[in-house]
Amino acid sequence: MTVPTTHFVIFAALLFAIGAAGVLVRRSGISILLGIELMLNAANLALVAFGRQHGQLDAQVFVFFVMAVAAAEVAVGLALLVAIFRKQRSIDVDRLNVMRW
Amino acid sequence: MLDLLWLVPALPLAGALVLLGGGLRFGKRTTTAVGVGSVGLALAAVAAILVQYAGMHGETVARHVFNWISAGDVTVDFALRLDPLSAVMLSFVTLVGFVIHVYSIGYMHTEGDRAYARFFAYLNLFMFAMLTLVLGANLVVMFIGWEGVGLCSYLLIGFYFDKEYCAAAGIKAFVVNRIGDFGFLLAIFWAFKVFGTVDFSGMAAALAADPARYAAAVTPIALLLFVGAVGKSAQLPLYVWLPDAMAGPTPVSALIHAATMVTAGVYMVVRCNFIYRLSPTALLVVAAVGGVTALFAATIGLAQNDIKKVLAYSTVSQLGYMFLAAGAGAFAGGIFHVFTHAFFKACLFLGAGSVIHACSGEQDMRKMGGLARKIPVTYWTFMVATLALCGIPPFAGFFSKDEILGRVFAAGAGNLNGFGASYLVLWVLGLAAAFLTAFYMFRAVYMTFHGEFRGTPEQWHHVHESPGSMTWPLKILAVGSAVVGLLGVGRAITFGTDLNWFEGFLHRVAPTVEVEHAPSLGTEWVLILLSVAVAVAGILLARRFYFGAEAFVAPRRIAERAPVLYAAVANKYYVDEAYDRAIVRPLGKLAHFSWKGIDTIAIDGTLNASAFFTEIAGDLLRFLQTGNVRNYALFVLGGALAAAAWLLL
Amino acid sequence: MMGTAVFYLVAVVGVVSALAAISHKNPVVNVLSLVVTLFCIAVSYALLGAEFLAAAQILVYAGAILVLFLFVVMLLGAPEEPPAGERRPFQRVAGLALAGIAAAGSIAVLAGIRAAAPAGAVRGTAEALGRLLVGPYLFAFEFISVLLLAALVGALMLVKRKH
Repeated sequence: MTVPTTHFVIFAALLFAIGAAGVLVRRSGISILLGIELMLNAANLALVAFGRQHGQLDAQVFVFFVMAVAAAEVAVGLALLVAIFRKQRSIDVDRLNVMRW
Repeated sequence: MLDLLWLVPALPLAGALVLLGGGLRFGKRTTTAVGVGSVGLALAAVAAILVQYAGMHGETVARHVFNWISAGDVTVDFALRLDPLSAVMLSFVTLVGFVIHVYSIGYMHTEGDRAYARFFAYLNLFMFAMLTLVLGANLVVMFIGWEGVGLCSYLLIGFYFDKEYCAAAGIKAFVVNRIGDFGFLLAIFWAFKVFGTVDFSGMAAALAADPARYAAAVTPIALLLFVGAVGKSAQLPLYVWLPDAMAGPTPVSALIHAATMVTAGVYMVVRCNFIYRLSPTALLVVAAVGGVTALFAATIGLAQNDIKKVLAYSTVSQLGYMFLAAGAGAFAGGIFHVFTHAFFKACLFLGAGSVIHACSGEQDMRKMGGLARKIPVTYWTFMVATLALCGIPPFAGFFSKDEILGRVFAAGAGNLNGFGASYLVLWVLGLAAAFLTAFYMFRAVYMTFHGEFRGTPEQWHHVHESPGSMTWPLKILAVGSAVVGLLGVGRAITFGTDLNWFEGFLHRVAPTVEVEHAPSLGTEWVLILLSVAVAVAGILLARRFYFGAEAFVAPRRIAERAPVLYAAVANKYYVDEAYDRAIVRPLGKLAHFSWKGIDTIAIDGTLNASAFFTEIAGDLLRFLQTGNVRNYALFVLGGALAAAAWLLL
Repeated sequence: MMGTAVFYLVAVVGVVSALAAISHKNPVVNVLSLVVTLFCIAVSYALLGAEFLAAAQILVYAGAILVLFLFVVMLLGAPEEPPAGERRPFQRVAGLALAGIAAAGSIAVLAGIRAAAPAGAVRGTAEALGRLLVGPYLFAFEFISVLLLAALVGALMLVKRKH
């Protein structure tokens, strides 16, 4: 007996919610990026599960692309954090408000 | 050569474009070469074309230049049309136009280089527009020329735009013409709706094939076209712009406001005679407006002291004659008067310009007198043209005016369209106007050229004959005024032999509406003698009033005896004042209300209010922009959840 | 039977380690916990028949991306504790509430769905995915490589020291 698709998707939804909570609650830039990674992975999981439901491989291709985009995002995001840290000696995003009104 | 018909309007256009494109920076020599040369070339082209056309027995030649408007089933070609009617117009428009260009070299030489170039640029542009108007093969092309001449008229009336009355006169001409143009435009739309084409040949063919089908539309279209003609040709009630238009330089008055542009209305009516001849009502309206205008303007001319104003009212009056002819079905007769009038009225205006030039800009005849001794060329040419205008044989005006009066009488006696009595009344009006014309023209001659000089001695000392570039045009036009009438010698004069070349030439495109019982030769002779007698009587009365030892005594006595009448005539019957009260000021108030009331309060207010509320909203909403990234993330997630909930629930 | 048990095991472990990944104070623990979660997801991929993705998940995420995270954490040092007054209590409460709503709402919706049995295992082997990638998705595939190059250049520009 196989695991029903809904269970995979519920697992993904829980991971997504946890990731979102991380993004919203944490103040450290690194933790926020980690939360985003978690959300992306949750979305990937849901995609693969739905792909199996429909018997299609395209979902997995999409996941492959999402991984590549995530890799790019992490590279740029971490580079931004490093640059910000050099400037402010801190990665607390609440202090990033120089462009505020 | 006929394939080069497009060159005729294109040459003056090129001249105008060169002068305007050069930023009006050329010296006088270059400007003259371009401005006069382009019209000279156009005149040569016209001469070559007409020589070839003379052998074609008056057939219609249409030349398609380019496809202009093509939208759905609307197709308008930019097409030119050469037929006897446009050939006649072409001949005198280019000839008189060229002569006046030459005259302008001398008249405008005191202007600065820039103004000189501007003058010739506008004059060339006018020639282009007028030739387009004349050659246009359909109503739309004609309308383009029509608007073009209106524009140039406006620009040239306001040529001295630094003087307020010149600028105001330009605006007045433009606005009054606009009323007429509106009627013309409506007529074009209506014609297109009814005939499905605006091409003259197409419309004529449609009407010839099935007149009954279009019977209902013919009269309104004809009347709307006539509204346009009334505006352009300065007829009652839209004549008021023409006297004011004398604010422009005198060559402009001669070319645009006497010889060519103002006759465009007559030309248009004759061009569309295939419509008019089917509508007795429209014909009677045209004749009535023309006849009443002829007399009305002549009476105003009696008491004018500005030499150009006299000529202006005379022009209005003569234009009335032309419409009177067209309205009596004598389309060729109307055009014949257009043709002769172009010569003698241009000559009169140029003569007046020469007089003004001699008197250092003075235009008031009360400060002139006795000029004949000092400027003989001007005097003699002016005299010839005056005799032509008064209708003294054998000068040109005699033949054309006699033709008109004869035709109107024939229409009355022959009971044309059942309106015989009306045409007889109009004939009486025309005859009265002929008397007044002779009177006020000789009044002008006596006041200007005879008697003692009434200006300062210093002015008298300065009086001098104009240069050759001005006197030669006068001589050419005077010769024209004397002889061109021979092209249309009436039937009675030659005792029944049909020598009327002019009418025969135009017969193919604008045949005269014949009445059943044409007057006998004897009656026509009586009419001829009557009109000559009336003219001579006018001249003699003017001589009695304004010549010799008793000069000015009788008129002064009349002015004292009937002060109200005199004031009314001298003040042009207060028509301008009445228009001002009845139309201009209420419209001004309406415009002021639209500005202050509607525009400033309602429209601006609405816009400003919406801007104000946007600003307020922005002021409040900017507090959402906390500048905190996590806050934004919160909004994003909240929004995403709300969207998901909306989709699911 | 075996696969079912494995899924529920990795699901529980994945959720618990994900909670640790976002809640622990120590960033090194955060990153390492996330590694565990990503492993669990990789196992789930394998269970779903996505063999290539399971391998890529471990190689790219656990192997490369999270190592990069760890590297940056080490480079920047442990972030200082923010002062108590700057904690933004509303943000914390609202964030947790929204996340809770998202989780509860999706579970509620998903639990009510009686889905049909899966259409059948499509094995996402390297060969099958490769045919798709250089077949119908060739343009996107090439475009992704351009994106990665751009990210590479962008990251370099951002961290370059200006003298």
